[in-house]
Amino acid sequence: MKRLLTFAASAIALAASPLAAQDIAITGATVATGDGSDPIENATVVVRGGRVIAAGAGVQVPAGVPVLDGTGAWVTPGIFASITNIGLEDVAAVSSSNDIDADDSPFSAALDVAPAINPQAQDFSYSRAGGVTRASVTPGAGSSIFAGQGAVIDLGADFDAVREARAFQMVEMGERGARLAGGSRTSSHALLRNALREAADLDEVGRLRTVTDNGRVRSGDDLSIDPRLAGRAEREGDVLLSRFDAAALVPALRGEQQLYIRVERASDILAAIALREEFPSLDMVIVGATEGWMVADQIAASGIPVIAAALRDLPASFEQLAATQSNVGRLVDAGVTVAIAQYDSSGEHPRNLPQMAGNLVSINNVPGHTGLTWGEAFAAITSVPARIAGHANEGVLRNGAHGDLVLWDGDPLEVSSAPIRVWIDGVEQPLENHQTRLRERYRTLDESQLPPAYRR
Amino acid sequence: MDRHNWKGGPAAAFTSIIALALTGCAAASGATGPETTAAPAASDASSEPYASTYERYPGVPTALVGATIYDGAGGRIENGVVLFANGEVVGVGDSNLAIPEGYLEIDGTGRFVTPGIIDIHSHLGDYPSPSVPAHSDGNEATSPTTPEVWAEHSVWPQDPGFSRALANGGITSLQILPGSANLMGGRSVTLKNVPSRTVQGMKFPGAPYSMKMACGENPKRVYGGRGRMPSTRMGNFAVNRETWMEAQAWMERDNPGRDLAMETLAGVLDGEIGIQNHCYRADEMALVLDMADEFGYQVSAFHHAVEAYKIADILAEHDVCAAVWADWYGFKMEAYDAIPENAALLHNAGACVVIHSDDENGIQRLNQEAAKAQADGIRMGFDISDADVIGWITLNAARAMGIDEMTGSLEAGKMADIVLWNGDPLSVYSRPEMVWIDGALMYDMNNPLMRPVSDFELGQPGEGDVK
Repeated sequence: MKRLLTFAASAIALAASPLAAQDIAITGATVATGDGSDPIENATVVVRGGRVIAAGAGVQVPAGVPVLDGTGAWVTPGIFASITNIGLEDVAAVSSSNDIDADDSPFSAALDVAPAINPQAQDFSYSRAGGVTRASVTPGAGSSIFAGQGAVIDLGADFDAVREARAFQMVEMGERGARLAGGSRTSSHALLRNALREAADLDEVGRLRTVTDNGRVRSGDDLSIDPRLAGRAEREGDVLLSRFDAAALVPALRGEQQLYIRVERASDILAAIALREEFPSLDMVIVGATEGWMVADQIAASGIPVIAAALRDLPASFEQLAATQSNVGRLVDAGVTVAIAQYDSSGEHPRNLPQMAGNLVSINNVPGHTGLTWGEAFAAITSVPARIAGHANEGVLRNGAHGDLVLWDGDPLEVSSAPIRVWIDGVEQPLENHQTRLRERYRTLDESQLPPAYRR
Repeated sequence: MDRHNWKGGPAAAFTSIIALALTGCAAASGATGPETTAAPAASDASSEPYASTYERYPGVPTALVGATIYDGAGGRIENGVVLFANGEVVGVGDSNLAIPEGYLEIDGTGRFVTPGIIDIHSHLGDYPSPSVPAHSDGNEATSPTTPEVWAEHSVWPQDPGFSRALANGGITSLQILPGSANLMGGRSVTLKNVPSRTVQGMKFPGAPYSMKMACGENPKRVYGGRGRMPSTRMGNFAVNRETWMEAQAWMERDNPGRDLAMETLAGVLDGEIGIQNHCYRADEMALVLDMADEFGYQVSAFHHAVEAYKIADILAEHDVCAAVWADWYGFKMEAYDAIPENAALLHNAGACVVIHSDDENGIQRLNQEAAKAQADGIRMGFDISDADVIGWITLNAARAMGIDEMTGSLEAGKMADIVLWNGDPLSVYSRPEMVWIDGALMYDMNNPLMRPVSDFELGQPGEGDVK
């Protein structure tokens, strides 16, 4: 209890200084390492210096490491939630608090969520309390197929959330991309190709200028201007992207930054894969892929990973006619790397990822369905999304991985289970938030002495 | 009294609906009950327009044996027996319950039985899949009060969502509500979750109507955005009160003539039509309860009542159900104080809890949502039994919809709306295995032929696939 009170205090202060990493060993728990294997009973996890040093059965706890008896509990890596808006909004419908998309912005690909992310938004603490320790944060497409650049974050209770800024470019193709591009898929494909070529031109110019003396180029206010602006007048009438947007696409074009492409329809998926024939360096991730199961072999052959919704089963649009909850299972069986994410209703928050994964286990018992094994399902919300994001040392319990631990009161995929304690990089996290405070305030409705406003 | 002259209209219509329902059931079940329920207006189509043409499908007398039974009314029986025949539950008991001759015996060992799951808040058919603008039929957002519209006139029976709700959610009955753009959105319709060519073929026989009302942000945003009243919460109440006063005045008039809006409002004031009230905030719910007292009507349930926990005592005292999500939060300002313990706090205070979906995906997992809400309460230290939780998505929903005399629990004489689950329905690892509606098998997970495919899906990618 003393410990809980300590956390409450730190939650309020929100870490003016970073909380310290603690060495810890948890013994006797059921451990799921997140790598796709089955849970291990009566196992041990050891974290030292913010990193996992051992996880499994028969692990010896090094001398000097405090031991927590995990008997009856489960220990897992933290959940890695892909394609979230964590920290970009307080209330979606309160536009002043919502930084997800920018309908009226003059910019598109250049948009970068990193400076907008607010670690004090309640979504941070609610997700953390649900065992989510890492996430990718993605802008929404506002007025262009280019939504902008997403970041990878941790959900620690401090102001140091962004682990990788500009981790990927997000592009909307499919139905929504078509509308944003001017009304049709033909336009979104032309727009995407044109943009990548503009980036290529810019890239080439930039390289040329590195061997060309451009120091003499001056602008009127006597500040040196970007050489890429100079001497390319012949392109001016042919440029659709702002220079800032085109420059932002250069790393994606080179394959130095991932390009996330949202497509749902089977034919759109194939069209996206085909882009790499023209732009071979693209490091592509397919987001959505509702009809992926129909072209699972082609996706597998491309080696492109997929971030898909777990439970779509409605023909919600004409690009999702073949939706089935077996999509993920069939893709995995075909050899595709698949992470679960995507939230189709207001109720499906990142903290409900375990529920989604659990459903993919349950459908294995329904004839005709293809689900996932428990280990596969849990990996699809931990190590797999981390790996897709290029963070292979997150979402997994193995030597050298980040010390992100969740201690659960039961099977983490079961709807009745919840985290008891959460560590990120070995730092134990506060689990208090606006919701837990309201819960305690209204535990009793007795206001005979003073109004509830005095209870805190 | 003039009012009673008028009451010969909708009031009699209501009576005739019940009468038709009872006679319809009797006819369908082959029983030869007394004809006492026949009402003079029963054959008068104008007094009961768009009448239900639903008839139960054939079933065989069935005994579910060996399963754990949640009866929906708070009871749990291990190794139980459920008997049903002719569309009705015949008996529910433990392993000593004798199985009459001629019953098909289904081994439920290791499985669970619940009443059919009921969603009190759905827009299936009115906002069907695919979700394209041509299908957007749920909000008659052209006037802040539209009591004259009926949700059933928007329902597209071919919405593929109905089959998903059946196969994954075990949904046997659901209430389709107009959306929340308007203060008074119109009449709801209660459906049996059976595929049909017509909405009349889905209409739950004998289900009373409700009227949808909406508090708060939506009406004021929709109409305030157009520079007209209401643009504030006080405007919401002013328009509501003016409208109730108009209805009262209309009810006092001699031969007022047909008026669709007033007929619905009068039905509410006469207690024949319930109120399903979209209302998030505790303070607004309390104001609505006062408005209901002012005009003499009863609120059946507050929907999306994310702050119900703050006034659980008041809701219990007024005998009003709160239809809530397990854990939706924060998407709009009036949802900011949503907490996952809402249902549990209500239950603990003795208030009526219903878990609802308002969502074509969520309706497929009401059992899981209820289980989450229960677990959050148990972690608070409350004792909430599994059997009570099943009531949140069965009998309590039926009660707030006015159909609890007919369905919502497994009791002799009630409709045989039954789900056999392949495991504990409060576990994420379980699925409906078989679903009966009025004793007719409508879904069987082991039989691909027992998986309805809507017209829209025929010849399309994924037709007939598991969903």
